[in-house]
Amino acid sequence: MGREREVPKQPASYTVEQLVAVNPYNPDILPDLENHVNEQVSLQTYSLDTNLCLLRLYQFEPERMSTQIVARILVKALMAMPAPDFSLCLFLIPERVQMEEQFKTLVVLSHYLETARFRQFWDEAAKNRHILEVVPGFEQAIQEYAIHVLSLTYQKVPRPVLAEAINIEGLSLDKFLEHQVAECGWALEKGHGRGQLIVLPRNEFNQPELKKNTADRIPLEHITRIFPILG
Amino acid sequence: MATSYDHEDAVGYDDIGGRQEQQPDQGYDPNFVPDSVKTFVVHLYRHIREKNVYEIHQMYEGSFQKLSDRMFKESPWPSVDAVAPYVDNDHVFCLLYREMWFRHLYARLSPTLRQRIDSWDNYCSLFQVVLHGVVNMQLPNQWLWDMVDEFVYQFQSFCQYRAKMKNKTEQEIALLRQYDQAWNVYGVLNYLQALVEKSMIIQILEQEKEGLEQFTATDGYDYSGGSNVLKVLGYFSMVGLLRVHCLLGDYHTGLKCLLPIDISQSGVYTSVIGSHITTIYHYGFANLMLRRYVDAIREFNKILLYIYKTKNYHQKSPQYEQILKKNEQMYALLAICLSLCPQVKLVEENVNSQLREKYGEKMIRMQRYDEEAYSLYDELFSYACPKFITPSAPIYEEPLVNYNQDAYRLQLKLFLYEVKQQQLLSGVRTFLKLYSTISIGKLATYMEVDEPTLRTILMTYKHKTHAVGSDGKIISNADVDFYINDDMLHVVESKSAKRYGDYFMRQIVKLEEIINDMDRVKLE
Repeated sequence: MGREREVPKQPASYTVEQLVAVNPYNPDILPDLENHVNEQVSLQTYSLDTNLCLLRLYQFEPERMSTQIVARILVKALMAMPAPDFSLCLFLIPERVQMEEQFKTLVVLSHYLETARFRQFWDEAAKNRHILEVVPGFEQAIQEYAIHVLSLTYQKVPRPVLAEAINIEGLSLDKFLEHQVAECGWALEKGHGRGQLIVLPRNEFNQPELKKNTADRIPLEHITRIFPILG
Repeated sequence: MATSYDHEDAVGYDDIGGRQEQQPDQGYDPNFVPDSVKTFVVHLYRHIREKNVYEIHQMYEGSFQKLSDRMFKESPWPSVDAVAPYVDNDHVFCLLYREMWFRHLYARLSPTLRQRIDSWDNYCSLFQVVLHGVVNMQLPNQWLWDMVDEFVYQFQSFCQYRAKMKNKTEQEIALLRQYDQAWNVYGVLNYLQALVEKSMIIQILEQEKEGLEQFTATDGYDYSGGSNVLKVLGYFSMVGLLRVHCLLGDYHTGLKCLLPIDISQSGVYTSVIGSHITTIYHYGFANLMLRRYVDAIREFNKILLYIYKTKNYHQKSPQYEQILKKNEQMYALLAICLSLCPQVKLVEENVNSQLREKYGEKMIRMQRYDEEAYSLYDELFSYACPKFITPSAPIYEEPLVNYNQDAYRLQLKLFLYEVKQQQLLSGVRTFLKLYSTISIGKLATYMEVDEPTLRTILMTYKHKTHAVGSDGKIISNADVDFYINDDMLHVVESKSAKRYGDYFMRQIVKLEEIINDMDRVKLE
């Protein structure tokens, strides 16, 4: 009863995502999901749905929980910012588990990112390399998030503000900028008197004119409702 | 906070704590079947066999309530064994009767652990019968919704009961351990999921879009001789899954379960007021927790307006008190959403004036972000949130503690954490409304922070007002927006885009109605 649905005999072609889609509430897939977390770490991929499914199984059977896996899921979720994945995971992790030192650290890191305090974030991250280094691509993912927030906010951002947000300075920053100018449509300008300004690509959030005026469109289905009247 | 939270979801459901188990009523004889009950079951049984949905609905909504009020106010209905002889010992009818029997017991008395377990068994038998397709009935949507709703409610109630371990007797603990599959979370989820899958409801709704199938148009009923039971149970189970996932704090998965139902339109879920409210309440709550405030505000606004306009119509319904309670809770949630994301223009006038009446003064204080403001967020959240559950069984080997508040405390804590992260944003808003351009330096002075701090606050504003939609796209929830050019902040006026299109469409339909009315008038 309840557990009557079996894991299908797994043909090699079954992805873990499909497995979850067919058996969202089957405790037997727990080991597959744990392996999948490690796979996401090593292959630098990400799957929120399967990770939430695993946290759900841990929630149902706390004695099977591996805190090491949970930590990896949370680091991956931080890397998914600006999406709210980190909170989505925390909602499912019992408070007494969250009291562990490594999780407290991750919560603090998330707090800095959520409130765009990048300098504090990078300082704190440097102190906790042992938790973060396990997951390749971490730094780059956070830099991408920082650039995302900057692009929402700025048309032109002063160089020091950018440097602090992505934690790159001096020559490395020059190189980084060179790359962004060539590949991502960034431009450099001289600020009035003091240093460099970086012109970020235009988008509808930093350039309100670009916002498409979709406000007054009527979908065809709505029009069809008055067809009988028009006819 | 905990006090308001301690109230049960449903009005009239008594505390189901360990100590208040129901005392067998002195006068209650489970084997005595009064004549009126005899007549009731005989007629109900006949109407079900004749697939007379209208009469079934009358008896289910009307007679059952009336008899309960008159004869079974404080005692259970006669046992199923006692009524079985009057209905040919019909297996399915007996399962349905027991389902109502337990529902009545849960609503008016407090179930014992034994009864909770028996009720679980009854649901298992009932759903098995439905899943194996041997049911050939046509039941009212209201009844089918009530089954799913009650199933989830009893699961929630069981988790709350089990989590209060401190006062359990040894006998109760032994029973809990022996029947550890009763109301097991896997079992509950898998039944709901099995109903969704077996009913093929997702495919049916898909095909309906292409005109290959009728479901919504007939309110889920089957007029070609088939049964609506599996299909509609499957349909409502999607709402059931949304609710269970919300109770577990899994908002993302909950909303995914609801995806096959297009809530921008009416559908079978709106054909029963209880289902309509449950759907939107949980949809809105999940979106609030996902920071998609605008989605939450839109749907809360729609349903609150609907309730406002149809309240009188439901006054006599047995669900009336429950409707009012959810109505109040959704106003509280709307107050929270609007305090975090002041998109008042999305709220209709009547709803807005109700909201101001109930929470106007609190909402002003919630803008202040001092200790009092937090306690208001706490108060409103605790009053309006779902009754979160811990789904796992207690560890019997360790000293037994109560853990019934754990899940709620965690969700509350994380919610208040979010509120705290947004604490400086209302200050930013105030200034943005006053200027069209302002230098970072000047704004920093006004806000009494240094420039680097101000820049982080402004970025936080942008981050928090730009949600990631379910498709991964960025959606702006900002009521006032801005962009920064070096040291200069430019405010973007949000022009409220009037939607003339919809307005004209509605007027065209109205005019047509008036002309039709006038055509009917015969001038003597």
